[in-house]
Amino acid sequence: MTLIGWSQILSFFALLLVLTKPLGAYLFRVFEGDTQPLPRVLGPVERVLLRLTGAADRREQTWLEYSGALLAFSVVGMVILYGLQRAQHLLPLNPQGLGAVGPELAFNTAASFVANTNWQSYAGESTMSYLTQMVGLAWQNFVSAAAGLGVALALARGFTRRPGPEGAKTLGNFWVDVTRATLYVLLPVSFVVALFFVSQGMLQNFAPYHELTTLEGAKQTLAMGPVASQEVIKMLGTNGGGFFNANSAHPFENPTPLTNLVQMLLIFVIPAALTYTYGKMAGDTKQGWVLFSAMSLLFFAGVAAAYAAESQPNAAVASAAVTQDGNMEGKEVRYGVPASALFATVTTDASCGAVNSMHDSFNPLGGLVPLVNMQLGEVIFGGVGAGLYGILIMVVLAVFIAGLMVGRTPEYLGKKIESREMKLAMLYVLIFPLFILGLSAVAAVIPQGVSSLNNAGPHGLTELLYAFTSGTANNGSAFAGLNANTPFWNISLGLAMLGGRFLMIVPALAIAGSMVGKKVVPVGPGTFPTNGALFTGLLVSVVLIVGALTFFPALSLGPIVEHFLAGAGKVY
Amino acid sequence: MVSTLVIALRACVVTLVLTGVLYPLAVTGVAQVLFPHEARGSLVKDEQGRVVGSALIGQGFSQPGYFQPRPSAAGAGYDAAASSGSNLGPTSQKLKDRVTEEAARLRRENPDAQGPMPADLVTTSASGLDPHLSPEAVRWQAVRVARARGVAAERVLALVDTYVEGRTLGVLGEPRVNVLLLNLAMDRQFGRPSRPPSPPMGAIAPAAGGIGLP
Repeated sequence: MTLIGWSQILSFFALLLVLTKPLGAYLFRVFEGDTQPLPRVLGPVERVLLRLTGAADRREQTWLEYSGALLAFSVVGMVILYGLQRAQHLLPLNPQGLGAVGPELAFNTAASFVANTNWQSYAGESTMSYLTQMVGLAWQNFVSAAAGLGVALALARGFTRRPGPEGAKTLGNFWVDVTRATLYVLLPVSFVVALFFVSQGMLQNFAPYHELTTLEGAKQTLAMGPVASQEVIKMLGTNGGGFFNANSAHPFENPTPLTNLVQMLLIFVIPAALTYTYGKMAGDTKQGWVLFSAMSLLFFAGVAAAYAAESQPNAAVASAAVTQDGNMEGKEVRYGVPASALFATVTTDASCGAVNSMHDSFNPLGGLVPLVNMQLGEVIFGGVGAGLYGILIMVVLAVFIAGLMVGRTPEYLGKKIESREMKLAMLYVLIFPLFILGLSAVAAVIPQGVSSLNNAGPHGLTELLYAFTSGTANNGSAFAGLNANTPFWNISLGLAMLGGRFLMIVPALAIAGSMVGKKVVPVGPGTFPTNGALFTGLLVSVVLIVGALTFFPALSLGPIVEHFLAGAGKVY
Repeated sequence: MVSTLVIALRACVVTLVLTGVLYPLAVTGVAQVLFPHEARGSLVKDEQGRVVGSALIGQGFSQPGYFQPRPSAAGAGYDAAASSGSNLGPTSQKLKDRVTEEAARLRRENPDAQGPMPADLVTTSASGLDPHLSPEAVRWQAVRVARARGVAAERVLALVDTYVEGRTLGVLGEPRVNVLLLNLAMDRQFGRPSRPPSPPMGAIAPAAGGIGLP
């Protein structure tokens, strides 16, 4: 580890810190303010969009109606995306004449993008037409992020709304939330940053692939496409699905160290800002900074571990007697070790899943960090919206444990946490490992599972564990040696992604529904404060204990044992 | 239930047109006006005006008179329509064999190279299209390149120094050299290397001139 490496990491975090409050305040105004930004310009557009959608009445919805709207939106989106892939050979903007995507792969990809996961069993440049990428995949990049944001807002409203005399039952309107997220937040940022990305060398064209003769006389074909417009929302929406197979390692998809920095900021900026928005909604910004601090502590632990591990030489490369300045297998020279370790941490803390280096080639403990980040439930800033609702479930657990310790009914923001909320929170917590460990166990013992592995020995187990973790956590990054484009993997991962998204959103919204109507109890001497350092520590402990207890046995058979075997020079 | 599905369908159409059609078309239109060179792939030409590659995408070099890039796992090597890393882990026999073989080849072809071999010469990049090498990995090859071209190593090293890109703002990324741009500069300064086997696209006389940017 070097000083300059750490200054990259710290300058990234400093920029994030600077952006959190202004963007958080902006988001508050967009979703909760009496007037929205630029009312003369965007106000009429918002009204037209809602009229076209058929939701111009902006009627407040109960948790069931809100969930129903989200599920309907996702189902229809998935059907459209599936159809687009199956019919892409008949549609325009396909200069390479790419054929229809096969049914299992199209199902996997549709599930993946609707669930904000963007796991990719395909290589973009050889599978998806420009139309599929732009109209199908990039579209879902926008709206799946907007939908996640909606769920976070609904849960936040559940905790923070003060019921009037006749009580409160509603959590906002899903269509208004999605429309506003798209119009006021995602689209304007995407447009501006896309142009910056092009200025740095990112592609933005509809030309056929460029055939040329290299300086030595060989043929080279450069894949082309509308990359920059998709790239921004891939990061900003914590989607992570690359235009090209190599994702943000591809020089056309992430050309310079500067675009690399901006991409990482785009991943974290909305999840970080939402903690401030949440604090404003709670009427106490400290409530938001507590979440931000807990997330930051876990982020720094992860990046320090990943950077330290990747600064070590690669054991297999050591046999060539070369000077290793860290592990450079699967990394780009322009980023080197620190910017690769930082990117890997950021992309798996948030449920983004874009990569600028190949996690499969990381040293064992370097690869452990992304895996653990995801297994902690994507709450370290997390996905757009998903990070906030995930950490709020952890808050419910932490408050409950604190309540047990002081012997009082647990309460949060003046509202009592009771057995119904605890049952729903536990459902949320348990669905996650059920999918990951259950499916990994199946894949590890059947030929359809293990025949797709690229690496042998414990690293092979890590490959499949990583796949189901990534799918269920809606991350989408991969130990990419795994050949996931088989019927077994496409279908099992498709189900893991849908389960990890929607089976967890529904309990979260149910908690919102049961919290929103609860009476607010005034703060008393026995109230456990949730806006200070003590609670931050408790929250971090709960996140770590829940994740570690669940996954430590599996991790010890994968990356941890591999670490010792690599140290002993063992290869498979 | 049915009414929710109808609204969902309408919401999908509205957002699809807005974010999937209008937005990318607007970005493309503005980008093609403001940054046409970058939007079309940052193509570089040789002194004859022939497009020989992209400034951002690595390409294979095997002649001794050219600096050679990192090994590539993209297709058969530097296939810019099939980007990929090797995805081999640190306990992989395949990786161990590959780097051992690659290091042996490099030592054979660079018998007079000074100092230890930098690891980026034997490791594949994440994309398989990495256009860069570390400055150390370029300098390590300089004696071979100079000898193949019949010029003094000091002159080659001096040219290399002018092609070292530093960290952005002094902090971001790593120092690096773009291999294609360096090789083009070598051709401009010292002429095309004499090529032992398989001449490509016709004989080309060396000439002075800058890299043509379309």
